[in-house]
Amino acid sequence: VCIHRVRSCSSIRFIKSKYVCVFDKSSLKFSHQQRLFRTSAVSHGQIVQFKLSDIGEGITEVTVKEWYIKEGDSVSQFDSICEVQSDKASVTITSRYDGIIRKLHYNLDDIAYVGKPLVDIEIDASKGLAPEEDVVETPPMSHEEHTHQEIKGHKTLATPAVRRLAMENNIKLSEVVGTGKDNRILKEDILNYLAKQTGAILPPSPKAEIIPPLPKSETVPAAPKDKAHKIPVPVSRPIVFSGKDKTEPVTGFHKAMVKTMSAALKIPHFGYCDEIDLTQLVQLREELKPLAQIRGVKLSFMPFFIKAASLGLLQYPILNASLDENCQNVTYKASHNIGVAMDTEQGLIVPNVKNVQVCSVFEIASELNRLQSLGSAGQLGTNDLTGGTFTLSNIGTIGGTYTKPVILPPEVAIGALGKIQVLPRFNRKGEVFKAQIMNVSWSADHRIIDGATMARFSNLWKSYLENPASMLLDLK
Amino acid sequence: MVLQSSLKNCFQLFSILRTPKVGFRSTTSGGLIIQSISNDVYQNLAVEDWIHDHMNLENRQVLFLWRNSPAVVIGRHQNECNLRLLRQKNIKLARRRSGGGTVYHDLGNINLTFFTTRKKYERMENLKLVVKALKALRPQLDVHVTDRYDILLDRQYKISGTAAKLGRTTAYHHCTLLCNADKFVLTSVLKSPYKGLKSNATPSVPASVKNLFDEDPSLTCEMLLDAIAEEYATQHQIDHRIALINPADETVLPGINNKTKELQAWEWVYGKTPKFSISTRFNMIYKDSVLDVKVDMDVKHGRIEVCNIDLPEQWLPPALCSELVKSLTGSKFCPNEITALATTLLRVCPQDDEFHSRWNLLCENMIMLM
Repeated sequence: VCIHRVRSCSSIRFIKSKYVCVFDKSSLKFSHQQRLFRTSAVSHGQIVQFKLSDIGEGITEVTVKEWYIKEGDSVSQFDSICEVQSDKASVTITSRYDGIIRKLHYNLDDIAYVGKPLVDIEIDASKGLAPEEDVVETPPMSHEEHTHQEIKGHKTLATPAVRRLAMENNIKLSEVVGTGKDNRILKEDILNYLAKQTGAILPPSPKAEIIPPLPKSETVPAAPKDKAHKIPVPVSRPIVFSGKDKTEPVTGFHKAMVKTMSAALKIPHFGYCDEIDLTQLVQLREELKPLAQIRGVKLSFMPFFIKAASLGLLQYPILNASLDENCQNVTYKASHNIGVAMDTEQGLIVPNVKNVQVCSVFEIASELNRLQSLGSAGQLGTNDLTGGTFTLSNIGTIGGTYTKPVILPPEVAIGALGKIQVLPRFNRKGEVFKAQIMNVSWSADHRIIDGATMARFSNLWKSYLENPASMLLDLK
Repeated sequence: MVLQSSLKNCFQLFSILRTPKVGFRSTTSGGLIIQSISNDVYQNLAVEDWIHDHMNLENRQVLFLWRNSPAVVIGRHQNECNLRLLRQKNIKLARRRSGGGTVYHDLGNINLTFFTTRKKYERMENLKLVVKALKALRPQLDVHVTDRYDILLDRQYKISGTAAKLGRTTAYHHCTLLCNADKFVLTSVLKSPYKGLKSNATPSVPASVKNLFDEDPSLTCEMLLDAIAEEYATQHQIDHRIALINPADETVLPGINNKTKELQAWEWVYGKTPKFSISTRFNMIYKDSVLDVKVDMDVKHGRIEVCNIDLPEQWLPPALCSELVKSLTGSKFCPNEITALATTLLRVCPQDDEFHSRWNLLCENMIMLM
C-alpha cells in the first residue's frame, strides 16, 4: 500500500508540481500510521501476554474447562477466549485485544492462576477491513471498554467500523439485532437492517457525494452548474460475504446409511407408477375413524395400504423375497413384515409391522400407533427395526406425487405414496366428478422381478383400494 | 430491543393483574424482581441467558424467580446422572451454562437467580439474604449458610445448592431451595449407574437433603417466593411487587426462542459432556450359553472416540464385528443413534437368522450401557 501511495504521488507530480511537497509530507504521515494497521500475516505485531484477571471473591486459582480458540486463530476485543471454573462458578474470559492467538498457556483441566498469563496475543489491526475504511481516521484500538456505548441504557457491541457504517446511514445501533458473538452487531446486520428499510439489497456505501470526473474543456464554465446538479451516485462496492464452508465427518447412523444406499445402488431398479382413485376409501375411513377412536386407536390410510399390499403379496410372493449376495438363490419370505418409512430426528428409519398376513386392519393400525409413538420418542427397539421384507413410504404426507424410491436391501421391492389430491375425473357415464387421487411409485429389483409382475401386483393393490369392499372377499 | 419499553410492557401486564397504580419511576434504578410464568426448564434457563446477555446492570440488580416441572439440570462441565431413569419417567434433561453439580428440579423446588454487574458479584450476600427471609418467615427454622455456599437445615441437611456464571460485564448467581420436592426421585436420578467410569468432570458431592416442608408443613413455595422477594426489595430499597415474565414472548425478550432452542439441542445437552471412559464387562445369555463380553469406550463431546468390543472368538464373524466397531466410532453416545445405526448396518450383512439374532443381542446390550 505504501508503494501505491508513492506511485500516485509521482504521477501527481507530473500534473501539478506545486502540490508535490504537500503530498510528500502527507504520504509520509500516512505510511507511518499505516504501518500500525498493516494486515499482512508476514508482519510481526507486538506480542502481549494477556493475564487472567481477577475473578472476585478472593479467588486465586481456577480450572480451565473449555477453550473457544486455538493457536493461530484471530480474535476481536470482547470475543470469548475460554471458560474457567472455580468452585461452582463458571466464568467466561473475554479478550481485551484484537489480534492473533499465539500461545495458550494452559491445557484443558489445568489449574490457571489469577494474575498469570493465560494466552499470548499478537496485537494487530482487525483484519478484513474493506477498502473504504479510511485508515487515517480510525484511532488505534484502545484497551479500555469505552468502545461499547450505552444507548438508552442498553449495551450494544460493535466494532468502530460497524459503528461508522451505522452512523453514516443514520441507523440507531439499538434498533439493529446483532447476530455476532455475544449479540455483537456485525456489518451484515447493518446491511440487513438497511435492506429491510429500503426493501432492496443496497451496496454497502456511505452516502458519499461523488462528482463524476468532467472532461477538461468543461471545467471552468460547468463549475457552478455542477454544484447545483450534484447527484449523489452510490459507488458500487463488492458485498463482502463472510460465510465459510463447514466440513464435518460422516459418522454414526449416517455412515450406516451410506453403506446401505451404496449397496442399494447395486440393485438394478425399475420403476412403475400409477394413479389410484381413493374416493371410496376416503369415505370408508371417515366412517371407521370414530369406531377405531373408541377403541383408542388412530386410524390413518396406511393400515389399508399395508393390508392391501399383503393381500397382493399373497398372489405375487416374489415381491416379498430376498436375493442372496451371489444372486444364486431367491428366498421367498413367509412373513409379510411390511416396513413403514418414518422421518425422525435421526433421519429415515424403517420400523416394520410383523406378520401383516395374519393381522386385521385394526391390528395393523394399533401396531402402527405404537411404532409411531416409539419413533417420535426415539425409543424404537432393534426388533422393530429389523426383519422387514417389503416397504411402503408415505412421502405424500410431506408432499409430492411421483417419486423414485430406492429399494432397501435385502428387500426386492418398495412403494412410495404421493399426496392425495382432489382432481376432476370422468366416471363411467362420462360425467366429471371430484375424485381423491393418489399416485403410487413402485421400484423393484429387475434381476428377479419383471415389469409384468409388478404391474399385475400394482393393479391388484389398486383394485382393493379403489373398491374396498373387494378386500372383504380375500381377507383372511 | 430497547429495554425500557420492555420493562414497561412487563409492568403494564403486571398492573392489569394487580395494582393499577404502579409507577415507572421505581424501575429506572435500584432493582427489579421478576417471576417466570413458565415451568419449562429450557425456557427459564433461556431467560437467564437473555438477561445475562442483554440487560445493562450498571445501576440495577435483578432477582429472577422460577420453578420447573420435573427436570434434571446438569452443570456446564458435568456429566453424571441416570439417563435411563430419566427417559422412563419422562424427566427432562437440561444443561445450564453455570458451573457446579447436578440438581433435580420439580415444582416443589424454587430457583432464585441474582443478577448483578460483574463487580458486584457476591454470593455470600445473596445466600444470607435468603436465610434472613426464611428466618423472618419462620423464626424457629435452623438455617445457615456454609463456606461451600450451601444452605443447611438443622446443621446437616442441604436445602439449597448454588452455581454461578460470570461474563465480561455481568454475573449471575442462582440457587435452589427445596420446599417440597420429590426426594425419592431426586436421589435416584442423581445417581450414576456406571461402574468403571473415569473422567475429569467436576465431581458431584453427594449430600443428604431435606425439604423445608418436612420441617414445617405449613410452608408453601409461594410463601417462600414472596418472603424472599420481600427481603430483596427491602435490602435494595425497591418496589416489592413482582413482575411476571413470559419466556416465550419475543416482543419483550427478542431472540429468546433461539436461546431456548440452543439449550435444547443435542450438541449442548450431550455434546458438551466432558471426556469420559467406560470399561465394563457383562454377560450375555444366548440360547444355552452364557457369553462374557468386555467393552471399552472413550466418549468425548458425547461422541464415541474409541471403541473396543471383546467377544468370544467366532461368535460373530470378526470382519462384521470390526465393521460394527468402525461404525460406532464417531457416532453419538446415544441409544437412539446406536439402534438406528446397528439396524441399518444389518441390511448389508449376510442374511441369516442366527446371525441376526446374535447381532441384535449384542447391540441391545451395548445400548443398555447408555
